[in-house]
Amino acid sequence: MTLQFNDETFREDYSFHNSQRAINRFPFPFDKDSYMYAVNMEQHRGGPADSVYEKRFDVDEHYVSEMRDRALVLADDPLRCQSLPHMTLAGWDLLELIMVSKSEDYPDLFQLHRNGDQWHWINKPLGIDDTFTFMDETTLPYGPMEYITRQAQGDFCVLDQRDDNLWMDAGTVTTQADWSLDFDIGMNFFEWHAPVPLAHEKGIFVRALKFLLNIQQGAPARRLNWTMTVNPLLDTSPENYHKWGVQKGTITPENIGAKQHLRVELQTFYRLPRSNALVFPIRCYLCAFQDIVTMPKWGRRLHRVIRDLPEELATYKGFIDNRPMMLDYLSKFDDGLPTSNGIWPEKDSEPPLQV
Amino acid sequence: MSGAEKIAVRVAEVTALNALVTRFRFEPVGGGLLPTFSGGAHTVVEMQDGEVKRLNPYSLMSDPFDQTAYTISVRRDDEGRGGSLFMHENVKVGDEMVISNPVNLFSLDLRARKHLMIAGGIGITPFLAQIKQLDRAHGNWELHYSCRSEALGSYVDYLTATHPNDVNVYYDDQKQAIDLENLLDGQPLGTHIYVCGPKGMINWVRAKADALGWPREAVHYEEFLAPQPGKPFEVKLAVSNKVIQVGEQESLLEAMERVGVDAPYLCRGGACGMCETRVIDYAGNFIHRDHWLEDDEHASGEKIMPCVSRFEGKTLVLDR
Repeated sequence: MTLQFNDETFREDYSFHNSQRAINRFPFPFDKDSYMYAVNMEQHRGGPADSVYEKRFDVDEHYVSEMRDRALVLADDPLRCQSLPHMTLAGWDLLELIMVSKSEDYPDLFQLHRNGDQWHWINKPLGIDDTFTFMDETTLPYGPMEYITRQAQGDFCVLDQRDDNLWMDAGTVTTQADWSLDFDIGMNFFEWHAPVPLAHEKGIFVRALKFLLNIQQGAPARRLNWTMTVNPLLDTSPENYHKWGVQKGTITPENIGAKQHLRVELQTFYRLPRSNALVFPIRCYLCAFQDIVTMPKWGRRLHRVIRDLPEELATYKGFIDNRPMMLDYLSKFDDGLPTSNGIWPEKDSEPPLQV
Repeated sequence: MSGAEKIAVRVAEVTALNALVTRFRFEPVGGGLLPTFSGGAHTVVEMQDGEVKRLNPYSLMSDPFDQTAYTISVRRDDEGRGGSLFMHENVKVGDEMVISNPVNLFSLDLRARKHLMIAGGIGITPFLAQIKQLDRAHGNWELHYSCRSEALGSYVDYLTATHPNDVNVYYDDQKQAIDLENLLDGQPLGTHIYVCGPKGMINWVRAKADALGWPREAVHYEEFLAPQPGKPFEVKLAVSNKVIQVGEQESLLEAMERVGVDAPYLCRGGACGMCETRVIDYAGNFIHRDHWLEDDEHASGEKIMPCVSRFEGKTLVLDR
């Protein structure tokens, strides 16, 4: 299917919107009617046709507009992209991984021609046609990590692996759920996860770290995470909390269906071969409540998950104050019928909403 | 499936270096390119030795950027269970073999201002790849390489010819030894130590660095253990509901694989922690040989690393 790229914004007038195709392929994160932390990892080796799992780095209708938004964020705040000096090799690893993956997975959009160290990269959606010398930073307009992550949706954390730990030593982070690369830079896995409630006590991070340290070349992994965002904002950073935090107070029973978005992160993990670092792409997908509830299964399930979520998690995810209004809205889409297991909408087999 | 992703390769060259060490060059079957890797990585080579399938880890010594082939060097161990003997005696040019994707448990710390490498014997192999990687990035390194004799000094000629100012070689039979205390004392701030060689050498370097106040994080080491033969023993696998006999010449991990139990593994040398297995019940003594578990874990009787450790006694029940 030929991709049509939306011309849309994630700020001010919020013209972001999901087409029917984008709603159909939205990565709804709940595989059952309740939610608790788990090390819910699986291999990242493709998935159902046209799902967000199908390609290594999903490119969708929001690509061009998301990259425009990233450029705006970086122009305002260059510290959203940082790479400590020892991480340059990992940056080249990431550039190679993304260029090779995109050119193989989307040959009509991206092309990579390699002749030894002379590389020719064509990115048709963004109108980029560059020739450079692999491993020679002076031949690119930015460092290798910044260059390629200005052309790839989602945030990228590049983690150094040493002393049986992972270290947040590089990244491009402009579409984050309220955490700051500038604050976390140089921290280890336990340090940057310190604010997360409940999961430490359950031993989640010890097990997750062990899993991540053992991720091997050629065997990437993935998981979904989620939170809530009012208005389709990509940049919900602590740095800009004064801009977006107040918007959580603008929700009303009339506008909640359009303004309240479920924010889902498709997190993937790849071992980078030349540096032995790990890259952790965090791809953000937004979907308005009014679009989610067009899938009867998702409407039923979202109501039950939000209703039964422990208070600490609703607080940590930043929607405790709006939860009653969310439940008023979502309860209209929950008729009490059972739901099938798994995240897929099953629109053909799941019964329509009984009113 | 356990272990890293597999790669089908063809043996392109077999080169005897000296009385003990032979080099093997692997090229991908059907052309194409091998994955790049980082200096210090190893591959697990699968050997079909009659009825027995052996999987041994060997450090990759070729240029990490060269995707046309991987090379390893294998030291023959006449006392061992036969993996190295199989490589020396049975593997011929043209043979097809299966190896794993590269896995690195001995990575360079790229923050280091200087990389100080200390090698003993066949422990030289990971450094050959690391030197290639560092030379490309104009890295600052220095090698101290201890060999038994000139005749057994694998790659000494190559190293001293290409890097005469950075390579220092010591021959045991000429009573030459690394002056470790002075060597460590004279290093600039930000130096990292890497040591690969026999257990005694690793312990010596770690103890000396510790005594001189080196940060633990600045001392890196790798010693692959080959599983050692031992008395046969019986194990009950609780999850798969099987009772298996571990033979004299096989490891506990190999015995589980032989009966079709898919147990996780990566390095098969007691270093990575992947095969850690919970002990449900036991009556007898563990022979722990891994580097992964802490001393108190070894003493607890609650965990075993089946790739290299064994058991002597009446009952052993594992959570597999």
